[in-house]
Amino acid sequence: MTWEIVIGLEVHAQLSTSSKIFCGAPTAFGAEPNTQADAVSIALPGVLPVLNKGAVERAIKFGLAVGAHIAPRSVFARKNYFYPDLPKGYQISQFDLPVVGQGALTIQVEPLSGDAASAGSAQAYEKVVRITRAHLEEDAGKSLHEDFHGMTGIDLNRAGTPLLEIVSEPDMRSAAEAVAYAKTLHSLVRWIGICDGNMQEGSFRCDVNVSVRRPGEPLGTRREIKNLNSFKFMQQAIDYEAQWQIDTIENGGKIHQATVLFNPDTGETLAMRSKEEAHDYRYFPDPDLLPLDISEEWKEQVRATLPELPQAKQTRYVNELGLSAYDASTLTASREMADFFEAALAKAPGQAKLCANWIQGEISARLNRENKNITDAPIKPIQLAVLIGRIVDGTISNSAAKQIFDHLWTPSVAELIIGDSLEEVTRGIYTLIEAKGLKQVSDSGAIEALVDEIIAANADKVAEYRSGKDKLFGFFVGLAMKASKGKANPAQLNDVLKRKLAG
Amino acid sequence: MLNSSLQQLGSALRARKISSVELTRLYLDRIAALNPVLNAYITTNAEASLAQARDADARLAAGTADALTGIPVAQKDIFCAKGWRTTCGSKMLANFVSPYDAHVIEQFNNVGAVNLGKTNMDEFAMGSSNETSYFGAVKNPYSQDAVPGGSSGGSACAVAARLCAAATGTDTGGSIRQPAALCGISGLKPTYGTVSRYGMIAFASSLDQAGPMARSAEDLALMLNVMTGFDERDSTSLQRAKEDYARDLAKPLDGLRIGLPKEFFAEGLSNDVAQAVNAAIAEYKKLGASIVEISLPNSRLSVPVYYVLAPAEASSNLSRFDGVRYGYRAPEYSDLTDMYEKSRAQGFGAEVKRRIMIGTYVLSHGYYDAYYLQAQKIRRLIAQDFTDAFRQCDVIMGPTSPSTAFKLGEKGDDPVQMYLSDIYTIAVNLAGLPGMSIPCGFGAANNGNPGMPVGLQIIGNYFDEVRMLNVAHQYQLATDWHSRAPQEL
Repeated sequence: MTWEIVIGLEVHAQLSTSSKIFCGAPTAFGAEPNTQADAVSIALPGVLPVLNKGAVERAIKFGLAVGAHIAPRSVFARKNYFYPDLPKGYQISQFDLPVVGQGALTIQVEPLSGDAASAGSAQAYEKVVRITRAHLEEDAGKSLHEDFHGMTGIDLNRAGTPLLEIVSEPDMRSAAEAVAYAKTLHSLVRWIGICDGNMQEGSFRCDVNVSVRRPGEPLGTRREIKNLNSFKFMQQAIDYEAQWQIDTIENGGKIHQATVLFNPDTGETLAMRSKEEAHDYRYFPDPDLLPLDISEEWKEQVRATLPELPQAKQTRYVNELGLSAYDASTLTASREMADFFEAALAKAPGQAKLCANWIQGEISARLNRENKNITDAPIKPIQLAVLIGRIVDGTISNSAAKQIFDHLWTPSVAELIIGDSLEEVTRGIYTLIEAKGLKQVSDSGAIEALVDEIIAANADKVAEYRSGKDKLFGFFVGLAMKASKGKANPAQLNDVLKRKLAG
Repeated sequence: MLNSSLQQLGSALRARKISSVELTRLYLDRIAALNPVLNAYITTNAEASLAQARDADARLAAGTADALTGIPVAQKDIFCAKGWRTTCGSKMLANFVSPYDAHVIEQFNNVGAVNLGKTNMDEFAMGSSNETSYFGAVKNPYSQDAVPGGSSGGSACAVAARLCAAATGTDTGGSIRQPAALCGISGLKPTYGTVSRYGMIAFASSLDQAGPMARSAEDLALMLNVMTGFDERDSTSLQRAKEDYARDLAKPLDGLRIGLPKEFFAEGLSNDVAQAVNAAIAEYKKLGASIVEISLPNSRLSVPVYYVLAPAEASSNLSRFDGVRYGYRAPEYSDLTDMYEKSRAQGFGAEVKRRIMIGTYVLSHGYYDAYYLQAQKIRRLIAQDFTDAFRQCDVIMGPTSPSTAFKLGEKGDDPVQMYLSDIYTIAVNLAGLPGMSIPCGFGAANNGNPGMPVGLQIIGNYFDEVRMLNVAHQYQLATDWHSRAPQEL
């Protein structure tokens, strides 16, 4: 009997404003406790909230990026509960009238290793996940339980930091889909510049709702895994939780609605509190804040600041640049990656495929090995473009280009070949090619002489070849290349070898 | 000097006939003598007040004085004032010294007025008699066994007893107008959004509005000139051009149309109040006004609507008083929940707890629609009644309070009777309109008790404070109720 796993996500993305959502206190991470907590942050008697326009603009940006309805009027509500790191005794959030309505996100699902549910479908595929809503709210502070001798310390630096809570429909059917959605969302919020995406610092936190059912049956009871701050943990937590629910039901048990925490050390999920004990938050519109009105004009102003979105770029890369869907998707995994690609392509017109290959090949391999981001790559897009140009015009072979690339990966070398003009960089790369003696030999006389020597030195193999052992051709190519130290123009070498071997 | 208007005091100060320090000392001495009896002030700080007076004298000497420079003004203890204990009448904040100034306090500081002290009030402005103050009840200066009204009872008492030149108050359901009426002074609650709420400790945010309390409409106008103005720190503060509220005081009232809501002269209104109010209306006719009978059919629902909405907002506004960061914390507790429960149980008085419980109840799951949402709908109907009424008249008049000042303790065990003392004032807050009370006579003396003051309520259309002050001032030119003073204590 098969089971279907049903997953929905609630993601809290911290918006990248420099001040808090309802006051002017700064939002920088890592400051000494309570040094970024002003009168409003600590909720002194008499203080009032004033909405940060930058937070609203970021919410609008997000809504537009997922094709959502932007509410012309939304309302801030108070969510009332007592907690020491919630200074007002209520959180200002949005309840029945959120700023962003229904939207959708297209995701590319890659099967995850060890993911039972997706093991059967090893192919990558595309899926559309519906977004229910996204609303603005303020973050709480932090309770610190260490170093206080049995007491609790309260740090209100984070209190009032702007968050966008993005809620999906329960459209995902595997950990792989959930992770793909979370990663796509993570990339999108960074792409449009509304969130730094730093998961370690809590800038992008995921709550995952998981339930299981027999296919075709109504939704099962869900449990919510709180506060996952890595994609790896998300996969592990979902896999464990889903299996736990399946085992529980198969053993005759029932699932009760609950909030659970994932323990990365044990790889298990454990219930924190059951929903029956849940608070009655007594939501009501915050009388200190006016309804948030967003005019068509404001919306269009924000739209004008949106960069080309990943989905649009992918379509363009396939239709206009002739790249494969896979290439297009990898190159748009992050805005920095796409920017690098487009900057290189701008200086190497018509070489989209080569640019893509180099970025996804050599560059990605080096970045992965050194655990770096593309913005940290020592080689600059213009340098890659010039390098590709030299392959195309036959100045260097592909293998020589890889050697040059290795040199360019050394910051001290890359830095020598600076400049914004193609001429400057081209001159620099030429100098490097000359200096390393990697210029390709395209002189037909030199190649013929080299081939003659090889034929003379390998009479037995030549005889074998001539008697029909065609496969030996590669052997001769290898010898010739080695003799030319990789500099022989491969096409020319092929021609000459074919002709001379034929006798 | 004690009976001088703000205009006269300002002139005397600017003419250097008296210094601000002398004037401040005069009041401080008077407070020292009379406050033990009246309990109008919770906190005075002679050192701070005199320092401000000295600064004011320098400004007066330099010729850069404003209308209120050097004038001692009492501040309701709901306004946060830097370096001043700000208690809001509660044990919860009995030791809270504010590190910042409310917008209202800043405005007075900017013009060089002297903060004479923080006046007593019902705890968190919840009450109509000043009896809920943690710092003890305020006495009515006309009769020490009567209440001064509330919640701005300390300010009303201080103005009436000449313990300040003028005072500030706040009005959520009548808290400026009702004590003004009961103490025989003038008080004005402006249009919602006119005075910034920043730094004014919140009771019910959508209803709270600060305003002046003084001995005449003319004084109110000068006070209002200082208190109003846009403040970006209050999202409900309205962006309007600064205006001179005294500009039309002298205008004659010919052609003024006064609306009398029939609902305000029905059952529940005491005879002596009805008589004084009717006499005032007669006076207005003499001044050239015409009378229009109007109806505010939904105003009968204003008390129940108010006692859903105000507690709902209060239950949330008062959540920050949890003993964690400032204010009262129970000395002993076993865990976090126990700390919350004990701190709040010990730090809040009975009326505050009652309203927190009502508010929590009406916002609870399953009751929200029936109470909170329903009340919001009726609130709109109540506001609509006024909009309709103002098509037929320029101002609305009626009693401020159904009776004159009642005895201390008289309504203490009956909250509903207490709530009904605001029956004529609450609808104005629900609609966000400006309202004021001016003295218009006294009730009958009986059994050796003196007759207590009666207030006439004047309700204006939105932003029509200039006209209201004109209407009040013309009456005060023709009558002398506003210049009566209680017998010297």
